[in-house]
Amino acid sequence: MSTSNVVAPSSTTTGTNGRPPLRAGAKRQRAQQSRWALYLILPTLVLLAVVIGYPVVSAIVMSFQKDAGLDPATGLFVQGGFAGFQNYAHWLFQQCMGPNGSTISCPPGNLGSGFWNAVFVTFFFTVTTVILETGLGLWFALIMNRAFRGRGFVRAAILIPWAIPTAVTAKLWFFIFSFAGVANAILSTHILWTSDEWASRLAAIIADTWKTTPFMALLILAGLQIIPEDVYEAAKVDGASTWQRFWRVTMPLLKPALMVAILFRVLDALRIYDLPQILTGGGGGTGHATTTLSILVVDQIRQGFNSAAALSTITFIIIFLIAFIFVRILGTNVVRTQETQQKGAK
Amino acid sequence: MTTVAGPATATAEAGALPRTRNRNRSHARIRNAGIRTGVQAIVIVLWCLLPFYWMIVTSFRDVGFTNDNTPWFTHVTWDNYVTALSTNLGNHLGQALLNSLFIGICVTVISLVVGIFASYALARLDFRFKGIVLGVILAASMFPGVALITPLFQLFTNIGWMGTYQALIIPEISFALPLTVYTLNSFFREMPWDLEEAARIDGCTQAQAFRKIILPLAAPAVFTTAILAFISSWNEFLISSQLSSDATQPVTVAIASFTGSQPHQEPYTAIMAAGTIVTVPLIILVLIFQRRIVAGLTAGGVKG
Repeated sequence: MSTSNVVAPSSTTTGTNGRPPLRAGAKRQRAQQSRWALYLILPTLVLLAVVIGYPVVSAIVMSFQKDAGLDPATGLFVQGGFAGFQNYAHWLFQQCMGPNGSTISCPPGNLGSGFWNAVFVTFFFTVTTVILETGLGLWFALIMNRAFRGRGFVRAAILIPWAIPTAVTAKLWFFIFSFAGVANAILSTHILWTSDEWASRLAAIIADTWKTTPFMALLILAGLQIIPEDVYEAAKVDGASTWQRFWRVTMPLLKPALMVAILFRVLDALRIYDLPQILTGGGGGTGHATTTLSILVVDQIRQGFNSAAALSTITFIIIFLIAFIFVRILGTNVVRTQETQQKGAK
Repeated sequence: MTTVAGPATATAEAGALPRTRNRNRSHARIRNAGIRTGVQAIVIVLWCLLPFYWMIVTSFRDVGFTNDNTPWFTHVTWDNYVTALSTNLGNHLGQALLNSLFIGICVTVISLVVGIFASYALARLDFRFKGIVLGVILAASMFPGVALITPLFQLFTNIGWMGTYQALIIPEISFALPLTVYTLNSFFREMPWDLEEAARIDGCTQAQAFRKIILPLAAPAVFTTAILAFISSWNEFLISSQLSSDATQPVTVAIASFTGSQPHQEPYTAIMAAGTIVTVPLIILVLIFQRRIVAGLTAGGVKG
């Protein structure tokens, strides 16, 4: 370590990785490549630091500040200042600031009381939509993976829900689910799809499933296409039934790609905003039947930045933890899975 | 084909059947399987197309027959398109289309110009922390937009940027740039890099080889990535809905807040017309470049 790190620090790690140490020429080339790579990657990393890193850090700083404003108890203007974990307690334990800096439980109607409901709604949407989209997406992909006439047409049709902007999708389903709309006409029902508590949740789930299943199907199809044909042939020769071939051959080989697709969808579903916001006005039912965490953050922004910053930080941590669980506990290797897919796609 | 498959199916099936009967049966089975696949394919196509079809039917239907619910085109009129594009009711769809186009092009160009170098390095060069850099970029693409909105709202209010174009373009780079780098990286991995080596043997520097050999070859990949980045910007709603003004709002915000002549009556037919205007160019683009877009989508794995 100490002898070679003067010449080329990068090569020392290769040595310790168990690979044979590089020749002097190769070492120099690697050092040169590293320098090039740094120049080429730096602009991207700097830009990401500006557009993501800076807001995240400043959100965390803000979340520990008090919101300046009128004290509801005394009617006096209160300057901000250090708040400690008060903004977090506001959301997690529904604690509000009382007179003289004491904490009291929030009055009804305060957004803080909507936190656990929003957590429930967000997770409920995530679990139901991801299960539905994975199941349907798998079915779509299995069909599209077969050879039949008109397969090209199916593949084209499947791109259409994906290509429609979510805002337009939401308005389209808002019309379909309107009281005199086509959903009630087909079902011969008189459901208030966008304002009843459970109906509005169901409407959001149906619309999201329609919009996103194609994307899921395409990801799963890419995974199916790298499974070599002869594996199926071998299973067939051994007398495996269609059902057995699916569960014993397709599923285990598809698992890495499927896990990556599910991870992407889960992270995407956890930040859902557009669809419930536009479809049900962010409320539905009693006013917060479809209020997700993202909707709650946006509602809070105009009532106090620092509180909103705390809530967005909580949301961010929840999403980060779930990604961590996927990658560490379930062993989803995103980068490697996608690399094998690309190699197989050639 | 049949001679190879014949013995295999024979052992798998009842076994002692005469060969011809067995073949007839397997033909019938294949035909049945074909019909089953066909039926399922039709169900999938209907599931994908019917709501879209409904949007188009409604967009051409007279306002008075909004809730007619006849499944085919009736009371056909262009009026809804006129209503959608008119500014009499306080809607600015035409302006919003220009805004979305402008914002989308800026976001795409910035992301490409910056991201192309990073994706080249990630696909081509051997260096330390490569896995970490890829991981950071992937994590950035999954980053929740809602975590950016609060600090940006405050920052842009303080510096007077609320409702400006840059206030919409800068946050959108946060998801367009990682998407660009990741998708381009996966395309770059598959390119015939031997040509670069050949150019270098012929005396080009690495920079020259990149500019003269690789860039022309990479053009289709860059173009596909540009479409994906543009679509992701075109579809953005959360950030735009908070940081834009009436003058700078993109189409998604314009459609979500579309107002009719009556205060408590949704102008459904006009909204469907607006939705069709916003969607159809995108769908034509996607269908033309279908194959490449699917490749880019699955490679990037990032929802647009």
